[in-house]
Amino acid sequence: MATTVDARGLSCPQPVIMTLDEIKTGKDKDIIVLVDTGTSKENVMRAAASQGCQINEVSPEGEGYRITITRG
Amino acid sequence: MQGKNIFATRWGIIGVGAVIGILAPVLQKLGNPGNMGICVACFERDIAGALGLHRAAVVQYIRPEIIGFVLGSMIAAYIFKEYRPRVGSAPIVRFVLGAFAMIGALVFLGCPWRAVLRLAGGDGNAILGLLGLTFGIWIGTLFLKNGYNLGRTHTTHTTVGWMLPLIMLGFLVLMLIFPQVEGQDKSGVLFYSLKGPGAMHAPLLLALIVGLGIGFLAQRSRFCTMGAIRDTVLFGQMHLLIGFISLIVFAFLTNLILGQFKPGFAGQPVAHTMHTWNFAGMTLAGLAFALAGGCPGRQMFLSGEGDGDAALFVLGMIVGAGFAHNFGLASSPKGVGPYGIAAVVIGLLVCVFIGFTMRKKIA
Repeated sequence: MATTVDARGLSCPQPVIMTLDEIKTGKDKDIIVLVDTGTSKENVMRAAASQGCQINEVSPEGEGYRITITRG
Repeated sequence: MQGKNIFATRWGIIGVGAVIGILAPVLQKLGNPGNMGICVACFERDIAGALGLHRAAVVQYIRPEIIGFVLGSMIAAYIFKEYRPRVGSAPIVRFVLGAFAMIGALVFLGCPWRAVLRLAGGDGNAILGLLGLTFGIWIGTLFLKNGYNLGRTHTTHTTVGWMLPLIMLGFLVLMLIFPQVEGQDKSGVLFYSLKGPGAMHAPLLLALIVGLGIGFLAQRSRFCTMGAIRDTVLFGQMHLLIGFISLIVFAFLTNLILGQFKPGFAGQPVAHTMHTWNFAGMTLAGLAFALAGGCPGRQMFLSGEGDGDAALFVLGMIVGAGFAHNFGLASSPKGVGPYGIAAVVIGLLVCVFIGFTMRKKIA
């Protein structure tokens, strides 16, 4: 099972706050983060990497991106 | 062109900080005011003056750098397929935050960019400003930790995102139709300063090219001075801070080379020595930037990539500059304006009100 964090349409630093919250308090091994700007994509990936998580896949979805993270 | 964004790497952000750090003092050498090679707040205030939104005769000039920032960012966003028209995330709040951010910045006399350029030029008063900025951003992070958010944007018509870039283009056209006439304080509909900082400027074309270049690079690198401090305080993430520090180091070195480094507190260009209000003015600005999600430069780069809410923040700053000078809120080298202190207190109260009350859960 994977948890989805929908951060589309949210401005800095909300996508990162939501991703870090999920990494720290969630239970599922995989986390899918949906974002809609390149900036949010880079910020979420950087934040996840800093927590020792692995970025498995980044793919375009709609007008944004779907980032799949596995907890480290 | 969707590959890896090299500008968003560590060396990328260091490079962009370095470019801005070198170009700003060079613009000063080419004619811009002291320790004001680039100042987003001051330059928007000069634009407000040129348009007659305030009548402070010493700060009236359409600054091509500002026009370049927005248009350069837009060009980058289109080339790299990142132009995304969006709007609807608390627009009126962004406008109000922009207005008070400007008022706070004009009590200190500079935006975060100028705060570090002042420091790099030897102005010790900038230390108080930077401490205030950090304090204001820290307060902002407390709100963010407690659920403060501006709500979601939604995708909109391409035209919506074009509005601010088109307004900027309009300013440029006005400058070309009504160019500065030597010795005259007005040309057509535009006001031009005859003395003071507004009379000091680099050549139009050079300023525009530098603005376009910085706008382009900043869009790619996501350079943000407020984010630099916020991310460090909030997440211990120092990516943007490294870019900000790079700006300071390279501006300092460039000032040394150009003979523009003059250490001291008194008699610094376009600065005053009222430490408390240098600190408090930037506390207000920092808090407003943190609540709005970006420093004044970043708000312009976001506007260029289609963010209609960031565009409202920019317009809020320009209107705020009008209020700041019409109401005697802005400081001068003599010290704070007659109502500057009251405005800082009101601004802080408004920001705290916004921070406490906009904590609705994100749908």
